[in-house]
Amino acid sequence: MSMNHAAEHPAHLAHHFADTEQQKESAKLGMWFFLLTEVLTFGGLFCAYAVYRAWHPEMFFNAHKELSLMAGTINTIVLITSSLTMALAIRSMQLGDKKQAMMHLALTFLLAATFLVIKYFEYSHKFHEGQLPGRFYTYTGIEGSNPHVFFSIYFAMTGLHGIHVMGGMCLIAWLFFKTKNGAFSPEYYTPIEMTGLFWHLVDLIWIFLFPLFYLIG
Amino acid sequence: MAATVADTKASMAYAEVNYLNEPKGLKSWLLTLDHKRIGLMYFFAIMTMFFLGGIFALLVRLELFTPKQDFFGADTYNKFFTLHGAIMVFLFIIPSIPAALGNIILPLQLGAKDVAFPRLNLASWYVYVTGALFAIYSMVTNAVDTGWTFYAPYSTTTNTAVISMTMAVFILGFSSIFTGLNFLVTIHKLRAPGMTWFKMPLFVWGLYATALIQVLATPVLAITVVLLMLERGLGIGIFDPAMGGDPVLFQHFFWFYSHPAVYIMILPGMAIISELITAFSRKQMFGYKFVGFSSLAIALTGFMVWGHHMFTSGQSELSAVIFSFITFLVGIPSGIKIFNWLATMYRGSITLQTPMLWAFAFLFLFTIGGLTGIFLGAISLDIHLHDTYFVVAHFHYVMMGGTVMALMGGIHYWWPKIWGRMYNEKLARFSVFFVFVGFNVTFFTQFILGTRGMPRRYYQYLEQYQTLHEISTVGSWLLLLGFAIMAFYLIHSIFKGKVAGNNPWGALTLEWTTSSPPPAHNFERQPIAVNGPYDFDKVAAEITYEGTPGFGETVVAKKETTEVKH
Repeated sequence: MSMNHAAEHPAHLAHHFADTEQQKESAKLGMWFFLLTEVLTFGGLFCAYAVYRAWHPEMFFNAHKELSLMAGTINTIVLITSSLTMALAIRSMQLGDKKQAMMHLALTFLLAATFLVIKYFEYSHKFHEGQLPGRFYTYTGIEGSNPHVFFSIYFAMTGLHGIHVMGGMCLIAWLFFKTKNGAFSPEYYTPIEMTGLFWHLVDLIWIFLFPLFYLIG
Repeated sequence: MAATVADTKASMAYAEVNYLNEPKGLKSWLLTLDHKRIGLMYFFAIMTMFFLGGIFALLVRLELFTPKQDFFGADTYNKFFTLHGAIMVFLFIIPSIPAALGNIILPLQLGAKDVAFPRLNLASWYVYVTGALFAIYSMVTNAVDTGWTFYAPYSTTTNTAVISMTMAVFILGFSSIFTGLNFLVTIHKLRAPGMTWFKMPLFVWGLYATALIQVLATPVLAITVVLLMLERGLGIGIFDPAMGGDPVLFQHFFWFYSHPAVYIMILPGMAIISELITAFSRKQMFGYKFVGFSSLAIALTGFMVWGHHMFTSGQSELSAVIFSFITFLVGIPSGIKIFNWLATMYRGSITLQTPMLWAFAFLFLFTIGGLTGIFLGAISLDIHLHDTYFVVAHFHYVMMGGTVMALMGGIHYWWPKIWGRMYNEKLARFSVFFVFVGFNVTFFTQFILGTRGMPRRYYQYLEQYQTLHEISTVGSWLLLLGFAIMAFYLIHSIFKGKVAGNNPWGALTLEWTTSSPPPAHNFERQPIAVNGPYDFDKVAAEITYEGTPGFGETVVAKKETTEVKH
């Protein structure tokens, strides 16, 4: 661990790490801590969901029927598939297959875009019906007190999730071009792996949101 | 630790090439990835905020000099105390020790070249500045008047700039998370060879516990202020009882972060005190492991006590009793620390240099702050003292008497390492004196005011409280004097101070084995942690600065060869 050998170090190794292994382990640990903060951020909203569901069980039941089960199901399948293609992208880079890695990244990006397009149609339908959060809520077809609270929580949670999907898409696009420029190799693919971890979390959060909003009756 | 005499002697003088002058230019500072430079930039930003928050404090105290309206009315008064609180809490005290001193010292103490993620570190500073700009924007447009806690439903209905201030808090949260995350990974992965967990300095232990809270609590505050913004913007009704919501839920969310945040503020302060007490008593830390683990215990318990802020909000009696009980439990690890510090000083060879004086001020004031916390944790007393000046006095004794005293101790302790220069010891003692006396004059009177029923946040009051308010306001001027003296001699020392040498205090942690100021990569050679951080009985450290410590006597630098055990 001497600075005299700096010239022999691979380009991707930052000067303050002793070796690639230490750098990779640090990145992983940092990413897991970051994911923990993400879980806690959504945790606040899950908490709000639990409280208001307990207070207004009838209204929640009536309101959830307004969501499109079909759109939600398709989106769940789309997102789970994108997690698979993301994992395959990492594997391709581990095997050193740059072309295949790029293909898998592109697929992941397209699936993420598909998710957002479906979400767009869902949202605009809700907007059209007047099922909006808070004081903008005008829909009259749901029985129970304060149905707008359901849509407030629905838009807050799926909205925050949607922002995460967009963030993930930016990262994946960035990775695509980095891969194209030959930044990664079987020795160094940490950014793909870290983005993969993030993407799985985005997927996982949706897997909780889907039953809570669309399925539980 | 492995400080060899040859190393020290070779660089007795001011290090000619160091992180302050190499590389040169404004751009090299604004784009730096060096943790020491980022720490210094944090230091200047944070001190600016301390100054700003302090001005609002002085204005608030000035208005309270007489029972009647003197300088400004209720609206302005509400804005000023809110800005004082919000700036001091979110922009000064929470980032102060971790982001400024921690950034500079933590990698040095670990024997690392940098923190694990230098780019993220720089980003966190820019995020902090962005947050500060949002706060200032809110300040100059239509300042918030909700109090720093932004309690709903008032914060959702007032016409002041709540959104930009909560946006500032949201952004500052990211800065806090980045710093905490960076420290956690650095401590786990970048310790020097030989530095086991139980050879880490206690400052590192304290910052580790702090970082855990930063990472685990801050996201909840982030989502809470987002909900508050949505409530204001869209009227989502989550905190509004008229729309099926519940304002007490806001308090639960808010204090789930903000009570642990109290420990983000105090744990690094306690960690500095551990360093000061051992260094200036020249003794092994009594119960080192207990002091280290008590930080973790405080962090853990801190997550379970938020309900004690809501004894009077109508939560169930059972939960009040449970929260009261757990609140008492926090006293145990805090007591462990206090008693271990005292036991460390017992029969130590104590020198009363400025940092140690700050440590004494901390011990005195924080003990009062902690004990009055027990008063407020007891439900029956809290019902009586809730929202009175007693609470104000209590948290100032903890936050300012605790954290700020420790911060000042830390600044004075590491000043020679950071700048390579010593400050004027005599003026420094004047500063400690005025701050200590001024502090007690300002805030002890407020305990009395509180027990007599003076409510907090009122700009006019009954005449029988006037004398005590007058004394308190005079105290705030003494505080100003103390800090003004400090600002003068610290700035003076940067340019004209005596050269400090590598190890002016004869301490044993790794940061004292490199030159002052350190070079860009911290150490000329990778240091190895051979002994523990406080093995004063095994290792004689080389003192390289002959100042005037103690009362007028001169400590002669020890010249015997440092014994290194293998």
